[in-house]
Amino acid sequence: MNEQLAFTIEVFANGLMAGVLYALVALGFVLIYKASGIFNYAQGVMALFAAMTLVGIQNGQVPFAHLINAIFGTEVHHFGWSVHSFAAILLTVVVMIALAWAVQQFVFKHLVGQEPIILFMATIGLAYFLEGVADLMWGSELKALNVCASEGNCLPQGMNVWLEGTTYEALGYGFFIDNLDIVASIVAAILVIGLVIFAQYTKQGRAMRAVADDHQAALSVGVSLNFIWVLVWSLAGFVALVAGIMWGAKSGVQFSLSLIALKALPVLMLGGFTSIPGAIVGGLIIGVGEKLFEFLIGAPYLGGATENWFAYMLALLFLVFRPQGLFGEKIIERV
Amino acid sequence: MKYKLGTLAVAGLMAAGPVMADLVFPSLSYRTGPYAAGGIPFADGYADYFTLLNERDGGIGGEMIQVPECETAYNTEKGVECYESLKGGGGLVYQPLSTGITYQLIPKVTADDIPMLTSGLGRTSAKNGKVFSHVFNFPANYWDGASVAIKHILDEEGGDLSGKKIALVYHNSAYGKEPIRTLTELSKKHGFEFKEVPVDHPGQEQKSQWLQIRRDKPDYVIMYGWGVMNQVAVQEAVNIRFPMDKFIGIWWSGSENDVLAAGAGADGYKALTFHNVGSDYPLYDDLKEHVFDAGKSAGAGDQAGTVIYNRGIYAAMLVAEAARTAQEIHGVSDITPSQMRDGMEALEITEEKMANLGLPNFGPEFKVSCENHGGNGFAAMTQWDAEAKEWKLISDFVQSDQDIVQPLIDEDSAAYASENNIEDNCG
Repeated sequence: MNEQLAFTIEVFANGLMAGVLYALVALGFVLIYKASGIFNYAQGVMALFAAMTLVGIQNGQVPFAHLINAIFGTEVHHFGWSVHSFAAILLTVVVMIALAWAVQQFVFKHLVGQEPIILFMATIGLAYFLEGVADLMWGSELKALNVCASEGNCLPQGMNVWLEGTTYEALGYGFFIDNLDIVASIVAAILVIGLVIFAQYTKQGRAMRAVADDHQAALSVGVSLNFIWVLVWSLAGFVALVAGIMWGAKSGVQFSLSLIALKALPVLMLGGFTSIPGAIVGGLIIGVGEKLFEFLIGAPYLGGATENWFAYMLALLFLVFRPQGLFGEKIIERV
Repeated sequence: MKYKLGTLAVAGLMAAGPVMADLVFPSLSYRTGPYAAGGIPFADGYADYFTLLNERDGGIGGEMIQVPECETAYNTEKGVECYESLKGGGGLVYQPLSTGITYQLIPKVTADDIPMLTSGLGRTSAKNGKVFSHVFNFPANYWDGASVAIKHILDEEGGDLSGKKIALVYHNSAYGKEPIRTLTELSKKHGFEFKEVPVDHPGQEQKSQWLQIRRDKPDYVIMYGWGVMNQVAVQEAVNIRFPMDKFIGIWWSGSENDVLAAGAGADGYKALTFHNVGSDYPLYDDLKEHVFDAGKSAGAGDQAGTVIYNRGIYAAMLVAEAARTAQEIHGVSDITPSQMRDGMEALEITEEKMANLGLPNFGPEFKVSCENHGGNGFAAMTQWDAEAKEWKLISDFVQSDQDIVQPLIDEDSAAYASENNIEDNCG
């Protein structure tokens, strides 16, 4: 196989994998925007908070230990136990649901009917507040994230040796794909299918879609807006947890994890703010587009490091020709 | 009413500001934000060393020490705000731990007659004291690091690098770009092929870069990274099965944080350093007695012995010794920032002095002068032992190639002097 072609295919495949990871973050934005019209600036921080909570619970860390010790003069840091990954994930989901309830109860319930820009500002405040709480609750140091089904059976890292060997034998070039990316793709697929089934075939899902279509109409048939928004924020919290696990497994859990939101913005611009398939397709286009551009043009001719700006430029191009994004609902305002 | 408000304001200032007779060493720390994992241990080490001096020795030369901390979150604007807000409190020397903040503070500290120490970071050509009167970057700078890395590779390759490929994976910022010129010159001198691989901030996604490295198959990779970029790069290197003993990080890419997440795969990864690693020093016995066990540790008290905690201790030790030198020069204990600058310019660090301080073999010997604010450019190599989960010093402190580094420093500082109409400070 022609070596340049092989490299290009490899970059393409890895771009798809990276795109899935971007889409995982974008999904959380879409869920909340679709149901409530709120652009949730705090989605990245929610991923950070969820991942920190997961690691904290796994390691038996005492939440707010630093604060407790400072006030009471104690020296408590750990409970002295560790929690199995699955149990820790379940407990983290409970925490994210509690967070969703608190966000709705103490913030957005009081902002019903406000301009979208006010709601957006509220999410900025929420992001910084949540970052501070995460710091106070679990500390700022870097934490290794190991999600394991059993001893030694954890999230895989590193090159997929089978794929490399098979492609080498068949094509004369061993392709590189990261095992973690493969797992992330499978998880993302399950997540999207699960969300679609939930939205289409459950009572709560249908109520969620009704609220997304028309708040007033949903209210008139007895749907509780309050409940639906808590549900939506809980789902976004769950998606944030999945994104936090996948990204945190790559780099450890640390405060820069919140910056993964920056990777989701071009995906949303391209795929639309209201479409789950849009988030997935948008993620894949951005992932492949930025990687191929870097490989074919950026690195050889422009000095490299083009991915960040190219992703936004690509999204901008789509925005010019299709402002609602690839899968977004067309905005029609009658006068 | 006015009187009451005035009284309240004065009382507030007295409560907030340090006691004026104390020696003030402000700490521009970052315990929050994306680079907190590196900022916390440095700030803890810096504070703990001064706490030790207060508790054990009653300060420096009979003067107690204050370490007011200001959170920069590694943000340049916040860093400048911190400097402005703290300088009224009599800060003797600033250590920003950020190249971006350093660049902004260079003209300010010079105008305010306050010294700044940027060990292993900042503007490399600040080594030239004839141009940068108030900036110091001893004992080593970025260009020394690049040169010592190449020296190490030369040793590994039997002194011949012709035909070899060396890639630089760097944070695409002023900091990360610092070694490019040096490595370009070194590639001409030693005949190796040099390739640049930039990574955009924050470096959470580096697949493209490491696929390039997998394709190009460089013999060695040098990394100038910081924060999450380091952890991701080490993991990606493990993923593509790049030989870790041929992967060398600068000292900002060589802490426990950078390798722990990659687990056993990171074994053998190397990083430069300008101070020793571990906690097997007499100083740590004193820290245990007077700081740790006394419940006076900074932060959560869980960073002792880590690489960047040691760097914080080293940074504090250097300025404490400079303050002591300033007290001797001027014959006063309550020194001013201007006198502190004189102390820094006359600082001499010897092995005997470090041993007396409880830090034998902890760092290179060097002597600062009016012309040379950067020491002698010595750095050493460390290597990560994944099983023991510790960094080990695997070389002596080696001097950088001054034939390459010094002309670059002269050239860059001359350009700065010309742009800013600076006369020779030492003339």
